[in-house]
Amino acid sequence: MDLRFTPDEIAFRDEVRAFFRSSVPDGVRRKMIDGRHLAKEDFVVWQRLLNARGWAVPHWPVEWGGTGWSPVQQYLFLDEMQQAPAPPPLAFGVNMLGPVLIAFGSEAQKRRFLPRIANIDDWWCQGFSEPGAGSDLASLRTSAKRDGDHYVVNGQKTWTTLAQHADWIFCLVRTDPQAKKQQGISFLLIDMKSKGITVRPIVTIDGSREINEVFFDDVRVPVENLVGEENKGWDYAKFLLGNERVGIARVGVSKERVRRLKQLAALERDGDRPMIEDERFRERIALVEVELKALEITQLRVVAAERSRTDKRPDPASSILKIKGSEIQQAVTELALELVGPYAMPAPQEPDEGSNEPPIGPDWAGSVAPTYFNWRKISIYGGSNEIQKNIIAKAILGL
Amino acid sequence: MDFDLSEEQRLLKDSVERLLGDHGSFERRQAHAREPDGWSRRLWARYAELGLLGLPFEERHGGLGAGPVETMVVMEALGRALALEPYLATVVLAGGLIRHAGSDRQKSSLVPKIAGGSLILAFAQGERQARYDLADVATTARKDGDGWVLDGEKGVALHGDSADRLIVSARVAGTRRERAGIGLFLVDATALGVTRRGYPTVDGLRAAEIALSGVRVDAHDVLGDPGKALPVIELVVDEAIAALAAESIGVMAVMHEATVEYLKTRKQFGATIGSFQVLQHRAVDMLMALEQARSMALFATMMVTEPNAGERRKAMAATKVQIGRSGKLIGQQAIQLHGGIGMTEAYKVGHYFKRMTMIDILFGPAEHHLTALARADGLIEA
Ligand SMILES: Cc1cc2nc3c(=O)[nH]c(=O)nc-3n(C[C@H](O)[C@H](O)[C@H](O)COP(=O)(O)OP(=O)(O)OC[C@H]3O[C@@H](n4cnc5c(N)ncnc54)[C@H](O)[C@@H]3O)c2cc1C
Repeated sequence: MDLRFTPDEIAFRDEVRAFFRSSVPDGVRRKMIDGRHLAKEDFVVWQRLLNARGWAVPHWPVEWGGTGWSPVQQYLFLDEMQQAPAPPPLAFGVNMLGPVLIAFGSEAQKRRFLPRIANIDDWWCQGFSEPGAGSDLASLRTSAKRDGDHYVVNGQKTWTTLAQHADWIFCLVRTDPQAKKQQGISFLLIDMKSKGITVRPIVTIDGSREINEVFFDDVRVPVENLVGEENKGWDYAKFLLGNERVGIARVGVSKERVRRLKQLAALERDGDRPMIEDERFRERIALVEVELKALEITQLRVVAAERSRTDKRPDPASSILKIKGSEIQQAVTELALELVGPYAMPAPQEPDEGSNEPPIGPDWAGSVAPTYFNWRKISIYGGSNEIQKNIIAKAILGL
Repeated sequence: MDFDLSEEQRLLKDSVERLLGDHGSFERRQAHAREPDGWSRRLWARYAELGLLGLPFEERHGGLGAGPVETMVVMEALGRALALEPYLATVVLAGGLIRHAGSDRQKSSLVPKIAGGSLILAFAQGERQARYDLADVATTARKDGDGWVLDGEKGVALHGDSADRLIVSARVAGTRRERAGIGLFLVDATALGVTRRGYPTVDGLRAAEIALSGVRVDAHDVLGDPGKALPVIELVVDEAIAALAAESIGVMAVMHEATVEYLKTRKQFGATIGSFQVLQHRAVDMLMALEQARSMALFATMMVTEPNAGERRKAMAATKVQIGRSGKLIGQQAIQLHGGIGMTEAYKVGHYFKRMTMIDILFGPAEHHLTALARADGLIEA
């Protein structure tokens, strides 16, 4: 038993850290530190830089551009990236679809899509949820009917993150309306430029535009865009949803946020002293740090266990990481809200073209309340915390 | 002991709720937010017709002579409707300062205009460095002949952008954060030397940053005894806390009702999600939080008239702790139990959540008041 990383692992960590330090574009880093939204271009430019270094898809098999790193190295890479902070490679392609194609896609699909995912030549979005199918995803109703060498797709997806940027969407569709819920579902790749697709924005409570409704009206999709076998889509979806064991807790993100919080608390004054000298406030930050350290080690235990796992089924412990990770991320946004004080109240101003009006209040204040509101989503998406607890109760406790 | 409303108070409650039911629906509220002031002048005129704007002022000055219970009734209804209008700014805050510090002459001239709806007021008290310390006033008032000259900057003045007149706190003597030496001054919002920068707040209401540069104030526009204003400011802020507590009850109740309704209608896994016991318990936790908050809002309403300022302040701190904590739990769970819908701008719950969050921040969040209450030895004597 040894908690320390080996000298090789430390050397590896230093190497990736140095890379992030020198390579993340300043503007992008600044936006992330300030909690502002990234533009499509920010993701694209950065992921291509990563890809040029050979690090856009480290967890993929080497033949498709992976690095062959050990789980510990994967972990260190992700942790350093989150702490830099640097944007993650676009999850919909890199973490969700890529591994599905590698495991279940045809050779032609792999050759066609994987390199473009790694280089973000295609922007992918995830078309799983529907108005009537959220937690109960298998009740989805978007249909795909075979018509010669095409499927004809009709229905609606919703909450589709960043569909406004997307070139492609991977969808769960119902191909057999007679079959039992989970059994009539297929996994389809759909070009967003197809005739009959309409994307409608959904504005979130913080005023941002990151989710959408996507409507399908007689959209014709070539059968070659079916992944794996017809009516086996649910298996692939389960594989996809349980795939991301490492990183789901976003420990590195929380470390970076806590660090930032403490820096700001040293600047923001309450009376004659900085907020960081307020004993109670400092205690509450410290409590988050304790929780975060525990989560980090729990995550490392999952990483270590992964080395010896032979089956590739998702580890139900990842549900623990997801729940705790979301709670900690949300707790940090609450502390930040408290730190700004009354200047959490002004709504962030849309920076006018050419305006040189200063922001209202401290220049870091504008994003704090919106982030607090927006990050409520973390305990809802990707399987809500309630659903995660159901998984733990069933899969770990056998209840 | 009697928690029931009187006949008249019940009538008031019915009529306010009816007015806001007819004119203050969520859809209308969102339309009102897009009006030039960010709130509805027409609705304001209705408030005036109903007597809401003159409610707490003495009859001899043109008010209705009502007390804290009536204010509570109105504020709870405004909370339910998520009202945008400057009731807190004009009637509770500025109105409170006029009631407690104004001369008979000032009251006789101002109250009829407030009650009639033609005068919008705002309290310009907060400053960037002050956070929640009411004594932390750096804005200065310099004696100049009979009158005064004000210089300084005020921040996050609620509805400061649409106010016709501002009540500005400024230091006539002493150093920053000294309790003595603060005065209150009535300033025309368009007076020479006043610069306002209005903006929406994250809950969809409005506020302003206000810069004062050599602003002249006549002697008859000084409110109360210059130099001795802090106790009045504290009293009025306590009245505002009691009012906000009542508003928050309306806000929380709507979030809770909407959530319970959603649990009864939303189906997943072939059942209403309200049939899942874990969600039932969550809704029960929300209800308990709401009822605890309601009790403290009543406590605050009764303690607002407590003559011992120390006891009164502790009661308001305790209230702020409870409503802040209850509001956070109810707001966060309301979003959570709605799933994706709860995250959308188009649905009402998120807006109530945002208002609740701002109510917590106003005059100091729960954690701030918890410290204050603990320092003041809590509520139960050892
Ligand atoms: C910001 C955001 C981005 C998203 N991005 C995407 C995306 O890109 N692609 C995509 O496909 N989807 C996306 N989603 C959808 C997300 O996965 C769903 O919102 C989530 O699965 C919950 O579904 P729902 O919203 O329908 O809520 P519901 O399933 O209706 O749940 C409502 C409430 O009931 C609870 N609940 C439901 N069932 C149970 C149960 N059995 N036991 C206990 N509690 C239960 C839930 O936890 C929740 O609190 C996104 C969502 C958000 C908020």
